[in-house]
Amino acid sequence: MSAKTWIPTPARPAPANTVGFVGWARENLFATKLDSALTLVCAALIIYLLDVVFGWAIVDASFSGEDRNACLKQVQGACWPFIDAKLGQFIYGRYPEMERWRVDWVFALGLIGLVPLLMPKVGFKRANVIFMLGFYPLFAFFMLTGGRFGLAPVDTSDWGGLLVTLVVAVTGIVGSLPLGILLALGRRSELPIVRALCVGFIEIFRGVPLITVLFMASVMLPLFLPDGVNFDKLMRCLIGVALFASAYMAEVVRGGLQAIPKGQYEAAAALGLGYWKTTRLIILPQALKLVIPGIVNTFIGLFKDTTLVLIVGLFDLLGIVQLHFTDSTWATPETHITGYAFAAFVFWVFCFAMSRYSIFMEKHLSTDPNQ
Amino acid sequence: MQIFRTLCVGFLGLAAANLLAMPSVQAAGKTLEIVQKRGHLKCGVSQGLPGFSTPDNRGKWTGIDVDFCKAIAAAIFNDPSKVKFTPLSAKERFTAIQSGEVDIIARNTTWSMHRDTALGVDFPVINYYDGQGFMVRADLGVTSARELDGATLCTNQGTTTELNAADYFRSNGMQYEIVAFEKADESVAAYNSGRCDAYTTDHSALYAQKLKLSQPKAHIVLPEIISKEPLGPLVRQGDSSWNDLVRWTHYATVAAEEFGVTSKNLAKMKLSSNPSIRRLMGLDGSFGANLGLSKQWAVNIIRSVGNYGEIFERNVGVQTPLGIERGVNALWTKGGLHYAPPIR
Repeated sequence: MSAKTWIPTPARPAPANTVGFVGWARENLFATKLDSALTLVCAALIIYLLDVVFGWAIVDASFSGEDRNACLKQVQGACWPFIDAKLGQFIYGRYPEMERWRVDWVFALGLIGLVPLLMPKVGFKRANVIFMLGFYPLFAFFMLTGGRFGLAPVDTSDWGGLLVTLVVAVTGIVGSLPLGILLALGRRSELPIVRALCVGFIEIFRGVPLITVLFMASVMLPLFLPDGVNFDKLMRCLIGVALFASAYMAEVVRGGLQAIPKGQYEAAAALGLGYWKTTRLIILPQALKLVIPGIVNTFIGLFKDTTLVLIVGLFDLLGIVQLHFTDSTWATPETHITGYAFAAFVFWVFCFAMSRYSIFMEKHLSTDPNQ
Repeated sequence: MQIFRTLCVGFLGLAAANLLAMPSVQAAGKTLEIVQKRGHLKCGVSQGLPGFSTPDNRGKWTGIDVDFCKAIAAAIFNDPSKVKFTPLSAKERFTAIQSGEVDIIARNTTWSMHRDTALGVDFPVINYYDGQGFMVRADLGVTSARELDGATLCTNQGTTTELNAADYFRSNGMQYEIVAFEKADESVAAYNSGRCDAYTTDHSALYAQKLKLSQPKAHIVLPEIISKEPLGPLVRQGDSSWNDLVRWTHYATVAAEEFGVTSKNLAKMKLSSNPSIRRLMGLDGSFGANLGLSKQWAVNIIRSVGNYGEIFERNVGVQTPLGIERGVNALWTKGGLHYAPPIR
């Protein structure tokens, strides 16, 4: 008698309408009548918008030409020759054309230093940080301003476009993070004078708009300074932006500090760690990790706020695009729309990249096994 | 609290003392010397205004106001490139000139009594006569602003433009409706889409905005000018000799046009026996020396930027995209307002 083993019948494939794209669509897009209606409306909207954008940016657009005549077609679309002709201006501003290689070098070296720094898997972090925070700023400063090592001096009033946007944003970002951390620690300090100073600083800078800070720096400051003393306008803006951003950064970091349970401090104290060691080894690593979204949010806000430097006569990317709208050789109905679209796209690329990197970092640093 | 109050009072006092002390510091009256020593002129221009100061594809500034500064540099250094242009926003321009950040501002600034008397600046001369005008669709059949009764006007919010239009319509007993926008681009777009019958702003700007319409040729600028906007350079108050230099730089270009001296016929004109031309060219008298310049000062100006007519035609004239007629900016001999006192 042979033992009969029970062999289950092989599982049948799931019904065709629950797997693959059809299944996914049934579940996610057409689950109920309302869902179906919403899906159809949204799809129609998306197709319509894509059609409009595509038609404007590609089909009806002008792609080559030397002046406004190229963009004066019957059906009007984007005026790309304007961007093409002005691209050098948009990136470098009035930085002398013969010296633009210097800016390229600064951009390139910045990229070379930054990319491995941002990738957690690449080693040599210490050397990399020393390179980016020690050597690179000096390199960029001497390369861009010139006047030494046989480089022709270039006045900061000739800088413009993306160069100014990046200089202001990067200085603001690099300056505001450490300053913000110190201010946040100071605000929670038990030393009354330190605390009062930090609270005062933060509240004053958060209480006024950035435009006011820039305006004070550029318009009022020269009146108070003795005659002849006049320090660089860009420098004044850099300091203004960095101080302003650090006040916001301080509040973001403080949020992280407050989220650390008291037990962490007590445990550190039990191990015999002093204030600075506790802060550096126990508190800050946890606190900063918690507030990465907030920090990046501040960075993104700061990046976009750089456009305000236009008010003091510096031309960032948006400012220089707007400036070139006034060139009557390119004045057409489409010029400013194209210019704004271009500026928006560049800003979006930078902000989106920062946002994605922040999400990546959050996941990478997360110690939560459920994520 | 007490400390805070003391600090505040101290700070304000310091600021006030600084402000009060300023005129005496600035009134030294040595601008020309400072400029010569520095080796270049510092000139404040606009943040982009078509035909007056605007950068080309390579970032070089061009325009009437830019040429004005180049002319001064040519008069001082015999080299029009010795100018550093600083773009200034409308708000910071007066501080920039007071604090010495720039030597001269050529930023299409309207000469008004308040600015001349209250802001510590001087307007040496008018280099462009502007004024508010109207643009309408050609097929509307309107040929004069007097026929705009009942019209809807597009303009910018909170500017004198709005008030001028109101005054004009009221004093002529006409009905109107104003649609005001925050930015010039918005007003033009609204006018372009047929939201209003007429667009009103300064005459020179009308021509610039016209280029942004989908069919520029279907629109006309009406001849009436309803307000006075005399545009000119401005300098710090209290330096008369610098004031003179700026004023006569402009008059040299106007006189040159009057006498038919251009950047191209300079060599021929040097042989002229006309005493007025000889004085302008520095062949007779010592007019340059009185300004602290060389005898050739006017020749240097004309060689670099041309006479007033050339400057006008090159930047805003009928051959340029702007296509502005000379109109009131013609010489007095041709029915315009530009009149140079005699060089003698």
